[in-house]
Parts: sequence; C-alpha cells; structure tokens
Amino acid sequence: MNDYEMMVDAYKKAGGEDVFSNSDTAHMVLEQDKILGKHEVEGLEINAEKIKTNTIDVKLRIKKGYQIKNPVHMCFGVLPKEGLQKILMDVNIEKDAYAKIMSDCVFPNATEVKHVMKANIHLGSNAHYEYEENHFHGKTGGVEVVAKSNIEMDEGSEILTLFTLRKGRVGKIDFDYEADLAENAKVEMLTRISGYEDDQVKIREAARLNGRNARGLLDSKIAMADNAKAEVYNELTANAPDAKGHVDCTEIIKDNAIARAVPIVEVSHPEAKVTHEAAIGSVDSDQLQTLMARGLDEEEASDLIIQGLLKG
Amino acid sequence: MQKLLEIRDLDLTLDKERILQNINLDVNHGEVLAVIGPNGCGKSSLAYTIMGLKGYEQNGGGIFFKGKEISELSVTERAKKGITLAWQEPARFEGVSVREFLSIGAKAKGRNIDNKDLDWALNEVAIIPNKYLDRNVDDTLSGGERKRIELASILLMKPDLVILDEPDSGVDVVALNNIGDVINDFKNEQMGVILITHSDEMLEVADKAALICGGEIFNVGNPQEVSDYFKYQCIPCEDEDFEKHQGVSSNE
Ligand SMILES: Nc1ncnc2c1ncn2[C@@H]1O[C@H](COP(=O)(O)OP(=O)(O)O)[C@@H](O)[C@H]1O
Ligand SMILES: [Mg+2]
Repeated sequence: MNDYEMMVDAYKKAGGEDVFSNSDTAHMVLEQDKILGKHEVEGLEINAEKIKTNTIDVKLRIKKGYQIKNPVHMCFGVLPKEGLQKILMDVNIEKDAYAKIMSDCVFPNATEVKHVMKANIHLGSNAHYEYEENHFHGKTGGVEVVAKSNIEMDEGSEILTLFTLRKGRVGKIDFDYEADLAENAKVEMLTRISGYEDDQVKIREAARLNGRNARGLLDSKIAMADNAKAEVYNELTANAPDAKGHVDCTEIIKDNAIARAVPIVEVSHPEAKVTHEAAIGSVDSDQLQTLMARGLDEEEASDLIIQGLLKG
Repeated sequence: MQKLLEIRDLDLTLDKERILQNINLDVNHGEVLAVIGPNGCGKSSLAYTIMGLKGYEQNGGGIFFKGKEISELSVTERAKKGITLAWQEPARFEGVSVREFLSIGAKAKGRNIDNKDLDWALNEVAIIPNKYLDRNVDDTLSGGERKRIELASILLMKPDLVILDEPDSGVDVVALNNIGDVINDFKNEQMGVILITHSDEMLEVADKAALICGGEIFNVGNPQEVSDYFKYQCIPCEDEDFEKHQGVSSNE
C-alpha cells in the first residue's frame, strides 16, 4: 500500500466513511507534511501547501452564497510511531455560504506523535458552518494534540463545532477555542471526550457575545478513568442587549481520575444573560444498578452509561 | 414442586436500625405475590435485598432461588440467574435509545432481539413503537413512560422472577389496566412476580398478598382479605420504630 492507501485504510478502520472516491464530496488527505489527496467541488476551494518541514498551510474557502451539500472530509494523520504535524488553517466561509467539515485525525501507531493545529476561521454575514472533528488515537497514549482556533463571526452567522474522542486513548489534548460574535450570530461548541490511564485533557472554550441577540452554548461531556485528568475552562461573556448564553459541563470520573470544571461567566449588559451548570461525579449508582439488574456487570454497565452520555 | 423463591428468617439492619425482621415468604412459578403496607414499612428494602443491591446486604436468614442460597451473589449474578427488579422511580439514561435499552437484558442472557420483538414488547405496554424506539430513555420521557418501557425491557429479558416496586405509582388509570395485563403476561410465561403496590386494582392480579408493618410480615393470604385487614383493622403498631416510619413519606 502507498501512503494514501494506508491513511485511508487507517481512517476506515477507525470507523470513517468511504467518501474519497465520491466526486460529489470534497476532501483532503494529509499525512505529516505530505498532501496525499485533494478534491474540490463547485463553490469550494482548498489550497494546501507545505511551507516548511512538518508544516502545512491550508486555505479553505466557501464562496459567497454557495451551499456545499455533502460534508467536506479532511483527514489528518501521522502513520509512523513518531512525528510532528503542524497545520496552519485559514477557513473563510463567505457571506450566505454553508459547509460542513468533518475532520478526522488518525494516529493509529503513535508512540510519540504531536499534532498542532492553528486555525483562523472567519464567517461572513449569515454564513453557516458546521465543524466536526473526530480523533482516533490508538491505544498507546502517545499522541499530543494542541489546537488553537480563533473564530470571527459576522452578523447572523452560525457555527456548530463538535469534537469527539470516544474510543482509544487521548494521550494529551490541549484545546483553546475562542469565538467573537456579532449581532444575531450563534455559536455552539460541543466536546465529548473519554480518557483513561494517564490521559490528560485541557480545554478552554471562550465565546464573547458582543452583538445584540448573539447566542452561545458551550457544552462539554467528559469521562475520565484510571489516573486520567481533565480540566475544562468555559468562558462566556455577554455584553450586548438580548445576548444569551449557557455553559454546561458534565464530567464523570472513575478510579483515581481527577476532573476540574471552571466556568467563567461575565455579563456586562443589563439585558444580557448567561447561565451555567457543572456536574462532576462518579457514574450514577441508580443507573448502574438498573443495568446490573438486567445482567450487565459493573464494567459493562458503566461503559454503556458513559458512551450514552458522550453521545448526548 | 420446587419453589421459585424462598425467603427464610430474613433480617436487614441499615444504619443500626432494624429495617426488616424475620421475613418468611415464598413465591412459586407463575404466581403473583403482592406486598402491601404503609409508607416506610420496608417494602422497597425487601425488594432491594432480594435483588442484592449495594448497601442492602442481609444480616441474617436466607434467600433461596430455585433451591440455591443466593445471598452471597452480586446483583449481576442474581440477574443472570433470572431475577430482576423494576424500580419505583426508573433511572434516566442520557444518550441511550429505547431500542438499545430494551435489548440490554436479553443480550446479557445471550439472546438477540430483532425489530419484531421490540414492536411486540412496546405494544404490550401500550407504547407506539415507531414513535418511541429512537427516542432516548432520558427526562424527555415522562416517569410513566419510562416505567412502561422498563416493563417492556423485562418482557424481553424473560427472567424467572420479577420484582415490581409500585409499578402503578405515577401512571394513569388506562395505563394501570395495561400494567395488570403485563403482569398477567408474566404469569402466563410461568414467571414469579413480587408486586409492591398501594392500589386495589393491582391486587386483582395477585394470587396472594403479604402485609408488612414496621419491617415485619403481619399476615399473608388472600389479597382482598389482607388488603381489607390493612385498610379497616390495622391498628397503628405499638412498635416505636413503626410510629417513626409512619411519618416517613419519602417514597410517595
Ligand atoms: N439505605 C438506607 N439507609 C438507612 N435507612 C434506610 C435505607 N433505605 C431505607 N431506609 C429506611 O428503611 C425504612 C423502610 O424504607 P422502605 O423500604 O423504602 O419503605 P417502603 O418502600 O415500604 O416505603 C424507612 O424507615 C427508611 O427510611
Ligand atoms: Mg418503597
């Protein structure tokens, strides 16, 4: 198999859909600093360029008014055990355009892999963008992910981001997402992560509701077992009339795992409102006992509960 | 014939307080035993002790299921042997679909459940399958709906003994009739049923009833007679524990 086939294979083994041969679906496949595949559709432009060793610059543009029907698939990965992949990403969803991007990050053999992503995302007025990032890190925990995004949202634009890592080890994740919202813009950031052994998760999500009637939801669900650690910082500020936001953080811990949730909510306009909810605890014993009374053992029961929570 | 369940001289103490004392009860295959009694008298505690829930380990006596002592077994082991429990307040499960939830018990016993089975079980509890199968068993369902879905999951699990803790509480009259039908289904399948209830309608499906007062069995016999005794003749117990229990209404 060549590198491209190996990437696609690793991606499919991790549960990804086979979309790379479909001409109606835009995609890009990057392995370390190699651009292995790229396909555009009408209204969408992807430019990728290696700017130095281990670093790729990606520019994605959805042209004004275009609605991209099929989700765009981006597959990032490092196949060897060791390696660095740095992606500098510029995303521009122009006025009235729509696209959904599914990013899949596969590091199937990682013992010492670092994946760094720096993204600048701009949404033109009334643009609509969905971004889903799924990670498959293998079982060794040798992956470090550092992701930083700055999201600029013009009036009436909407973004929905979903980050998931439900199977396999996390390794180390350090996220920092920031969004600035103009009038009537709406952001939803959802995070679903399960970690174990000595996995470490650090997430900072910040949204600033600067425009009238802007909306924000930061929702994290995290399950940590063994000696894993999670820290979630959710910051939501609202400083315009009718701006409304909600922060929701649920963390389930088992064994010696540690979870911390730090919601920071700030409201500086009398007609704005932000609420927050955080719950950290072990798996609910009523749920466990119900499933055990149906014949599941404690481990199976708690897996089912946690997978359910992470789906929600 | 071998009894399905035999409880002998069962004692339970929680927080240094005697909750159950000297309980003796039998349940046969295809038999419904109703358990009645005032709030806080120990009905749920009895259910939890038979199921083997954490924190409800008996302090004395024996529980025999199909002739074998089970008090050392875990909840899972008891379930695998064929005992299950439907809670008075069914748990909620975020992100778990009705479809998935219904199959759990059968799957744990190594049986696969197909769409036909799912439709059958939901129809039995008067829930419209295609409206509910893909919904989640979370707080978007009412308590009554979750109770009926729990019963459907038990129909599919096909245990030998099912303990129903107040299946009638929080459901409307129509649903009440339906729950009676489901209990008759259990009977027809030769399952034993322990039915904890406050309602006379439910007693109609029972073969016998036990009245518990202050953690002790007061009498066992014909359901209507035991219920009448409880309603019209039961003088508040002298037992000071019981007087305290009477003030407890947390389970209502
Ligand atoms: N886990 C527990 N720890 C201490 N006391 C308990 C516990 N569970 C139940 N009890 C007490 O046992 C008594 C019987 O409760 P319960 O079995 O729930 O009654 P019922 O179901 O008949 O209303 C009550 O006084 C209750 O407070
Ligand atoms: Mg009770």
